[in-house]
Amino acid sequence: MARLLTDHLLSVLIFLPAAAAAALAFFPGRAKGAIRGFTLAVTAAGLLLAVWLLAAFRPDAGFQFNEWAPWISYFNIHWFVGMDGISLLMVLLTNFLMPVVILSSTRFITEHVKAYHIAFLLLQTGMLGSFLALDFFLFYIFWEVMLIPMYFIIGVWGGKQRVYAAVKFFIFTAVGSFLMFLAILWMVAQRYSATGGLDFAIFSYYPSGLAAASQVWPFLAFTLAFAIKVPMFPFHTWLPDAHTEAPAGGSIILAGVLLKLGAYGMLRFSIPMFPAALAQFLPWLVGLSLVGILYGAWVCFAQDDLKKLIAYSSVSHLGFVTLGLFALTPASVSGAVLQMVNHGLSTGALFLLVGVLYERRHTRMMADFGGLAKTLPVTTALFLVVALSSIGLPGLNGFWGEFLILVGTFQAHPWTAAVAASGVIFSAVYLLTAVRRVFFGPVTHEENTGLADLDLRELICAAALLVPIVWIGVYPKFLLDRITPAIEHTLSIVKGLMP
Amino acid sequence: MIFLALLLGLLLFVLGLAVVMLRRSAILLFLGIELMLNAANLTFVAFSSANGALDGQIAVIFTIAIASAEVGVGLAIFIVLFRRFKTQSVDDLRILRW
Amino acid sequence: MKAALLLIILAPLAGFLINVFFGRRLPRAGVTAVAVGSVGLSALLALFVCGAYLSAPEPAAFEYYTVLSVGGVTIPFALQADALSILMLFFVTFVGFWIHIYSIGYMEHEEDYARYFSYLNLFMFAMLTLVLADNFLLMFVGWEGVGLCSYLLIGFYYQEKWPADSGKKAFIVNRIGDFGFLIGIFFIATHFGTLRYEEVFAKLQADPGAYLGVAGIIALCLFVGATGKSAQLPLYVWLPDAMAGPTPVSALIHAATMVTAGVYMVARCNLFFRSSPEAMAVVAVVGALTAIFAASMGLAQTDIKKVLAYSTISQLGYMFLAAGVGAYAVAMFHVFTHAFFKACLFLGSGSLIHACHTNDIFEMGGLRKVMKTTHWTFLFSTLAIAGIPIWAGFFSKDAILASVFAFAGHHHGWAYLLWGLAVVTAFMTSFYMFRLYYVVFGGEYRGKGHPHESPTSMTLPLVVLGGLTAVVGFLGVPVVFHLPNLMERFLEPLTPAVEGLAGTTFHLSHGMEWALMIGSVVVAGLGWLAARALYRTDASWTWVKGFTARHPRLYDTVFNKYYVDEFYDRTVGAALRGVSRFCFSIIDGVLIEGPVNLSGFFVELTGNVLRFLHNGNLRTYALHIVLGVAILLWLVF
Repeated sequence: MARLLTDHLLSVLIFLPAAAAAALAFFPGRAKGAIRGFTLAVTAAGLLLAVWLLAAFRPDAGFQFNEWAPWISYFNIHWFVGMDGISLLMVLLTNFLMPVVILSSTRFITEHVKAYHIAFLLLQTGMLGSFLALDFFLFYIFWEVMLIPMYFIIGVWGGKQRVYAAVKFFIFTAVGSFLMFLAILWMVAQRYSATGGLDFAIFSYYPSGLAAASQVWPFLAFTLAFAIKVPMFPFHTWLPDAHTEAPAGGSIILAGVLLKLGAYGMLRFSIPMFPAALAQFLPWLVGLSLVGILYGAWVCFAQDDLKKLIAYSSVSHLGFVTLGLFALTPASVSGAVLQMVNHGLSTGALFLLVGVLYERRHTRMMADFGGLAKTLPVTTALFLVVALSSIGLPGLNGFWGEFLILVGTFQAHPWTAAVAASGVIFSAVYLLTAVRRVFFGPVTHEENTGLADLDLRELICAAALLVPIVWIGVYPKFLLDRITPAIEHTLSIVKGLMP
Repeated sequence: MIFLALLLGLLLFVLGLAVVMLRRSAILLFLGIELMLNAANLTFVAFSSANGALDGQIAVIFTIAIASAEVGVGLAIFIVLFRRFKTQSVDDLRILRW
Repeated sequence: MKAALLLIILAPLAGFLINVFFGRRLPRAGVTAVAVGSVGLSALLALFVCGAYLSAPEPAAFEYYTVLSVGGVTIPFALQADALSILMLFFVTFVGFWIHIYSIGYMEHEEDYARYFSYLNLFMFAMLTLVLADNFLLMFVGWEGVGLCSYLLIGFYYQEKWPADSGKKAFIVNRIGDFGFLIGIFFIATHFGTLRYEEVFAKLQADPGAYLGVAGIIALCLFVGATGKSAQLPLYVWLPDAMAGPTPVSALIHAATMVTAGVYMVARCNLFFRSSPEAMAVVAVVGALTAIFAASMGLAQTDIKKVLAYSTISQLGYMFLAAGVGAYAVAMFHVFTHAFFKACLFLGSGSLIHACHTNDIFEMGGLRKVMKTTHWTFLFSTLAIAGIPIWAGFFSKDAILASVFAFAGHHHGWAYLLWGLAVVTAFMTSFYMFRLYYVVFGGEYRGKGHPHESPTSMTLPLVVLGGLTAVVGFLGVPVVFHLPNLMERFLEPLTPAVEGLAGTTFHLSHGMEWALMIGSVVVAGLGWLAARALYRTDASWTWVKGFTARHPRLYDTVFNKYYVDEFYDRTVGAALRGVSRFCFSIIDGVLIEGPVNLSGFFVELTGNVLRFLHNGNLRTYALHIVLGVAILLWLVF
């Protein structure tokens, strides 16, 4: 048992939720309490496991806890998983958000409870697998595994437009993954015709070794798949629908983790594998990131729906992340990875609190609120702190990510960074306007007077998210020290090969 | 010899097809299908004897076994449908339409 | 020393945390003890630090931990105590402590007592971080922190429209400034490879020529930040609306401490500014224009706090004018004296509002008799701001005027114009302040109810601060009196003379200095006399009323603050709203969603056509099969 854990830590981590989902299938559907309790326990165990990994992780040792076993030997495909600093952070984020999501859903999800929890557990396996896979084929499998549960989460437990949103989400993502799969097969085939051996290991393609001209198409296919997931302007229109229609828990995971897979994929695939194509398309990618930052912020002003506003703010914030990635300086890429975590926490918390409001008033329109600070002081305080973290107030987590991204980008592209920095003004405008409309001012609707503030369960969820928000805000070095070696390694691959 | 056998097979097949396409009764539909299957069987046997190989005849045994199983399931379905809709005309059974 | 500095900022933070988490369950006395006690502790420790520095004037910096260290950017959490920091530290904790005391009485009947004090403590924490930081980024942390507290405290009465909107406005306008500051920090990080003051300025001093171009850009970026925080043109618009907050907050944040952070920052970075005469000119011109512009708006306001708000903007303009002509020590001296008299004025106005339950000065009047302490302290600080000799403002304002004049004489002839503006501003300042004084304290009471003097917890701070307005000016006595100018000597290490950078002091002849001094007193006196003639008694207002009636457009324009807010709303605001609506409905709704939904529509259309093949008739399906097979056979053979 002990050997199983120590030698197969990552496999256990990945398959624990899937095994739990299988076990959950045997629960009677009416035992809702037992289903929730069991899922919560499993996700909490996952969090403990992730914390254990954090404690055992050595920043300078590259990929660790590796596992390698033959899987489809005929094609030389392996069960190959491993963890570096970047995936460590993503795993932590995933396993941290999962218990919060499960705990926060107890009141809102009352139908098909068993299916809901099974879907989330399978989703967790898919996310963890994608972050940890070091084999192309394995990565692709896990990538697709995520898609189905999320489709159902939106489509079954979502709002009024849920089917439209779910189908849109599915088709956008499927187009991307289809292209990605073609690119994977093409690259493996190219390698086969060059060396006569099939090789699916991701490392072998650091860099891909393709001629500059033939890098273009696989690069574009990968980048498009990830750009849809991130999402980068102009591939973002699935996001507001999916976020708005998904149940609160779905929105948290969608914004918190699934979007990060896009950025993660860019850092793992697009950047180190195709230096020549990267150099060729860099101006476009930097430009689109910049447009995303400003465009996402501007569109936020036009929103009346609070959840949609937060959804569009993700476009803006993820624009910062991709800008940081494509600026290719150690500071900016570190900032981008940190910002991935920050955005997961802050936006996750925002969706959580919007969910709290929705449970009480069954509306997301800002005009239906107003003056809630009087009746819901604790909610207001938490929302304000989270909004400020999203705005990038120093002392909270969001600032360090944005700062590192911008200072790193400034070293490479001063003008771009300067224009991008104006995003910090716009984010303050739209979020504080939202806070003003929802929480401050006089109470304009009779229904809002007698609302109950957060109960203990909701308070635990929100407080759990606030702890890392403040902690990263005060001491970002802890996490950054764990990711910088991995990032410097990745950049060292690229830098020498870029023309 | 083989020509006659193939001609008979073809004749049987066309007859079966005509029954399937022209008659509305579910029972006759089955008879038509059986005719077509046996046309195929006849062809198998004909080729088998012409080539002096046993493969065709083995295939026939399989076909007969599968056809009888299929008739079992098919008739059961039609009985259920008849009980439910009080008709045996396949033209009236259009619930699978879009 | 290391522990003391850390404790100075941690004490208010602890007070904030205690009151924010337990404030609602603590009794009021407990809340008060925590809030005032923590700031009191800070103030005592600040005195200790000041004493230690005065006995051994050596700047000291202490590093506590590394916040982050990535890709050549290292941010330590480090505090420092040099002359400038200690000056700020002293008056921030001192004035802050007395305003905390004052708040006990002022907020007595407030429901959200604990929330108020927790914000106030958080502000002290952020402000002290700002002044004690030893690197640009930590200063920025404090800088945004005070902005946050300003937002929270302006919007303290969040249920009313004006405070809720004003808080938001303050934060956003400040953010525009902070954007400039941030860009400045990027430049510094990129070109100097460090953000610690000591290292940055050492590099700059060692080779000023190498940074000539970039230093000017950095200076201008930083100055954008300063215009936001210190309410200068064109970003001053948030400060008058910041008066929506409780009055002690206006005294502490929007008069004495936070708004002077911009001046502090410019003084701190004087080496950057001195590298670029253009940047200095920009600072001086913006300062002078703001001073006169704000003063003119102050002439027609009827809300007592708005008069004081515009006077604050105007005085801040003076400070930047001084900084712009290189007189950084003089600018800081004015920051210092201004903190006392303006805090006292605001606290006095709070006392008046507390007594009369109105902000409108024309509903006050005759309060000289009933509110004696408030009256005397208000008079003292009015004398100080008007620049009447022996009161603090006289020394600092005279020093500014003299510096500008000397700067102008020293090859910068255009600066005589600024000096002229400053003199006119001095006249206006004296006029509108005495107008305020006479309308509120002279004549007969015109409001409702019977005003009474405020409780001791409010009058005591008034007496302390009001009394000091007559004393602190002597820290910066002009040279002509042959007394030591303590302030200048104290701040000497701030502005090292560097070959190749602009100088910081220009000398005037003693005769000229005397003439300027007498001139400024005469101007202030004229303003006083004019106000006395027009506003001393109710009867004397007739001329003013007649004047405003004869020139309604002029009066309306000034009263409505030259419609600057409306102008911003119709240009910047409208542009932003238009762009956002365009992006959302046209780009997102049509250009991107159009093709996406169109592709979906085509799929649906095809399906709708093809589904007619599926008519459910078994025999039709059989026909399809036959046809399909036939086509296949035809294709194969």
